[in-house]
Amino acid sequence: MTAVVTATGLSKRYKSSQALDGASFQIGSGRIVGLIGPNGAGKTTALKAILGLTTFEGQLNVLGLDPRKDRDKLMEQVCFIADVAVLPRWIRVKDAVDFVANTHPRFDRSKCDAFLARTKLQPQQKVKQLSKGMIVQLHLALVMSIDARLLVLDEPTLGLDILYRKQFYQSLLEDYFDEEKTILVTTHQVEEIEHILTDLMFIRDGKIVLDTDMDSLGERFAEVLVGAEFAHAARELKPLDERQVFGKSIFLFDNVSRPELERLGEVRRPSIGDLFVATMKGTYA
Amino acid sequence: MKTFYWLVKREFWEHKGGFFWAPVVTGIVFLVLNGMGIVLGEVFGRRFGGLQFGGGNVHLQSDMSLADLRNAGAGIDIMLYAVAAIILGVTAIVVFFYCLGALYDDRRDRSILFWKSLPLSDSSTVLSKLASAALLAPAISIVVGVIVGLVLAMFLAVVALVHGINLWTLLMAAHPFRVVGTLVLLIPLYAIWALPTLGWLLLCSAWAKSKPFLWAIALPVGSGVIVSWFGLMGVLNLSSDWYWKNVVSRLLGSLIPGSWVGNASPLVISDHSDPSAMLNSLDLAYHYSALASPSLWIGAIAGIAMIAGAIWFRRWRDES
Repeated sequence: MTAVVTATGLSKRYKSSQALDGASFQIGSGRIVGLIGPNGAGKTTALKAILGLTTFEGQLNVLGLDPRKDRDKLMEQVCFIADVAVLPRWIRVKDAVDFVANTHPRFDRSKCDAFLARTKLQPQQKVKQLSKGMIVQLHLALVMSIDARLLVLDEPTLGLDILYRKQFYQSLLEDYFDEEKTILVTTHQVEEIEHILTDLMFIRDGKIVLDTDMDSLGERFAEVLVGAEFAHAARELKPLDERQVFGKSIFLFDNVSRPELERLGEVRRPSIGDLFVATMKGTYA
Repeated sequence: MKTFYWLVKREFWEHKGGFFWAPVVTGIVFLVLNGMGIVLGEVFGRRFGGLQFGGGNVHLQSDMSLADLRNAGAGIDIMLYAVAAIILGVTAIVVFFYCLGALYDDRRDRSILFWKSLPLSDSSTVLSKLASAALLAPAISIVVGVIVGLVLAMFLAVVALVHGINLWTLLMAAHPFRVVGTLVLLIPLYAIWALPTLGWLLLCSAWAKSKPFLWAIALPVGSGVIVSWFGLMGVLNLSSDWYWKNVVSRLLGSLIPGSWVGNASPLVISDHSDPSAMLNSLDLAYHYSALASPSLWIGAIAGIAMIAGAIWFRRWRDES
C-alpha cells in the first residue's frame, strides 16, 4: 500500500482552542476513508492542513509534497469540495466549465459535458439561480472530470435532500472511484457512507482515537443482544456501551473473543453510528 | 500566461457591470444631456440671432478660415479628452471599490474555497486582480470614452452641417486616433502612479476580517488626524500638510485620473487662446515628466510592498 497522506504529530492551536493535538495517521492509495468526529473535534482543520490552507506543527506529506510549500503543485493532484455553498454565485455554468478547462491541466472537458448532460443544468444559468442540489451536481461534474489522485470532501452533502445525497455518493462510486484514486470524506450523516467506506477514522479533541479498516472493524467490535439473565455476566466483560431495548440490553464490546460473546446472546456487527456514539460519550459534557 | 489570461477574464465576468456597463451607461447619460443641450442651444440660437457655442474657443460659423478649422479640430480633440476623463473618473470610483472587494468578497461568501481548490497560485490571483484594476478597466473606459466623444462630435458636425459647414472637413480636422493613442500610452503612467492606492486597497481587502472599506479609509485618515493634532511631523521639520499630501492622499486618491500632474514639470502654455498649442503642450512628454518625481517612485515601491503583503495574506489568512 502506497501512502497518499502521511501525518505525524499534527498540531494546530487557535487562540482559544487546540484544534489538532498531535494527530498521526496514514491514508493509503485506493481507499475511501471516513474521518468522523463531533463538532469542533478538528476534522476541518485536519483537512485544511492536508490542502495547505492553514499552518500547523508536525510532519505532513501529501503525495510526496509538503502542502505548506508546494500547494500550487499539489492542487493539480488534489481536488476538494468544501460544502455545497462555495461555488461563486455570479458564475455561469458554461463559464465555470470554461475556466476550469483552461486552468486545470488534468481536466477532461468531454467527461464534464457528459456528466452535465445527465442533469437539468443549462449552460447559461448562473449559480445563484440553481438549487443547492443542482450546485452540487455542477461542482461534482467539475471535480469528477479532473484526474486527481486525492479527493477531499468536507460535509459535501450538507443540506441536500435524500435524492441528491444518494445520487452524490452513487456517482462518486460508479463514475469516479478506482484503485488509483483516494477519497477522504468527513460527514455527520454516517449511516449514508457506511457501506462505501473502506477505512474509518474517529477524531476527538484533535486526536485520532480510532483508525481501522472496515474488515477489521467487524472483527474487533461486536454488538450483543443480551437477555436480563446474562446482563450481569456481560457487564463483567467491560463493554464500551450499554443501552436498553424492549427489556433487553445491547452491549458493545471491543476486542472480546467471539465464542465468549455468543454464549451471552445474539452477536451483530455494530453500526458506525452506534460505535461513534459509544466512543464519543461525554464529548459535550 | 494562458492561466493569467483566464484569471483576468474571470475578473471581467464577475465585474462586467463595473468595468463595462458603468462607463457605457455614463457615456449614454452624457450623450443624452449634451444632446438636450445642443437642442436647447439651437432653439435659443434661433430666437436670439447669433449662434455661438462649442468647446473652448470654437465658434461654428459658415465662414471658417483654415486656422479656425484647425482650432475646431483641436477643440474636438480636447472634447474627446474631456469625455474620456469623465468616464475614467467613473471607472476610478468603480476600481476603488473593486479593489476593496477583490480579495474580500470571496472570503465572505466562502467561494475562495472553490478558487483555492484549483491549481492557481496566490500571486497570479492577486496580480490578475491588479492587472484588471490598473490596465483592463482604464483601457475599456478609454475606448468607451473616445467612442462617446466621437458620437458627440458627430452631433456637433450634424449641427454644423445645418449651418452650412461640411461635416467631413470638421471631423477630419480632429485626431481621434491620436487621442486614443495618447490615452493608451498614459495607462502605464496611470498604473505606476496609482500603485500605492491599488496596493493599499488590495492589502486591506486581503487582510480585513470584516468591513475592508472602513479600515481602508479609517487608518490613513485617522493617522493623518493624529499627525495634525500632535504636530508629529514637526519632529522631521515637516508640516502635517506634507503628511496629508504625500501619505494620506497617495494611499487613497492616486486613482484620480491625472492626479500626477502636480508632480510633473511646470506646464508651459505658449498661447492660452490657441487650443491646438495648449493641446501640444499637454503631450506625453509633459505627463511622463512626472517620472522624475520621487513621490511617484516611492509610492510605487510602497505599492509593490503592499501588494506583496496582500499576496501573503491571501495565502495564509485562515478564516476559522
